[in-house]
Amino acid sequence: MADVAVVEKKEAIKFGKKERKLLTDPLDDNNPITVQVLGICSALAVTTGLKNATVMAVAVVFVCVFSNTITSALRKSIPKQVRMIVQLVIIATLVTVVELTLKAYAFESYKQLSVFIGLIITNCIVMGRLEAFAMANRPYESALDGLGNGIGYGIILLIVAFFREFFGKGEIFGAKIIGATPDYMINTAESAWLGWYQYNNLMVLFPSAMFVIAVLIWAHRAWNPKLVDVS
Amino acid sequence: MGELVNIFIKSAFIENLALAYFLGMCSYLAVSKTVKTAFGLGLAVIFVLGITMPINWVINTWLLGENGVFQTDLTFLRFILFIAVIASMVQLVEMVVEKYSPSLYNSLGIFLPLITVNCAILGGSLFMVSKEYNFSEAVAFGLGGGFGWFLAIIAIAAIREKIKYSAVPPAMRGLGMAFLLTGMMGMAFMGLMGIDPASFK
Repeated sequence: MADVAVVEKKEAIKFGKKERKLLTDPLDDNNPITVQVLGICSALAVTTGLKNATVMAVAVVFVCVFSNTITSALRKSIPKQVRMIVQLVIIATLVTVVELTLKAYAFESYKQLSVFIGLIITNCIVMGRLEAFAMANRPYESALDGLGNGIGYGIILLIVAFFREFFGKGEIFGAKIIGATPDYMINTAESAWLGWYQYNNLMVLFPSAMFVIAVLIWAHRAWNPKLVDVS
Repeated sequence: MGELVNIFIKSAFIENLALAYFLGMCSYLAVSKTVKTAFGLGLAVIFVLGITMPINWVINTWLLGENGVFQTDLTFLRFILFIAVIASMVQLVEMVVEKYSPSLYNSLGIFLPLITVNCAILGGSLFMVSKEYNFSEAVAFGLGGGFGWFLAIIAIAAIREKIKYSAVPPAMRGLGMAFLLTGMMGMAFMGLMGIDPASFK
């Protein structure tokens, strides 16, 4: 019995080609948003600014990793018929932890994200990975898979947020880059070379997130032709 | 009564769950390839939203509220209880559909259980909490929201059926086009924003 445990532990800590693939696959070939089409809702709603997008990405990575690990550890004792409810309870518990943590330490972000923190529960990435991966694999691999998918999701979130914040408000992480602020209405030296940019207010609204993701998908598929939809 | 009709119209058109808040996008994009399956999923969403909203209202007010059964503030349990109600309701719908319409059940396939993780359902319940509706308003909001989502998915499915005959760049086919179309429909629906049905008296 002890021998078995030792062998399993030796296998568990290695980080070889297969493990690396688990991490990098969701970044490109199997990206949660542009290929698997999972977790779109929150990607659209929270990407008006990089700050919110970062908070959301970190929250999703946390929930993804831990829900994958916990479900995978329990996978043999979860009855098939009620597995959905068990999975949802695990996810909902983790999301409650995230919500209360944000409420305590980052109240500003908590107020802005509002219902979308709760909607991590129904973020299909988390659920989808539990069903597709964690129910059939060991905890270590599941944790890596969760990490990879969380990061793949987070990267798209940050790219979309960058475009929307930059062109919509002329800011990056809340710092002014281009365009005039109301203070600049007075003719300062800076406004002459920053003020040429007119904010594109559409970028702050919901539909622009759709357009940005559509263009991202286009670019991704043009670059990686095996993803093209043949039907 | 008039107020309830207002809430119904408002949640169906002006604050459309799919096209104004972009909730439930995963199944919206995945199941909108043909009008027939979109119709079935849309009906299922109306049904589930219409049922879960009042149940979640009762749970939120009488079980979790400060004036509820336990006399303590239990709102931190909201997520878990809401999602449990939704999951069991979806299971119920699945059984009913399987019994009375096997063809619809087969065409919906895996997407019926996916209503559980349709953000429109949970999002609707959370909006209902944050808007502080009373019971009948919550029912109207649920039915209206479901109806709006139903309209949106039928509209995009019809457009996607037509767009099959167009010459779309290969990399844009399917998913990319669906995103662009949804964005444009969202812009069209933005034209309705800011209209207050209560002012039409």
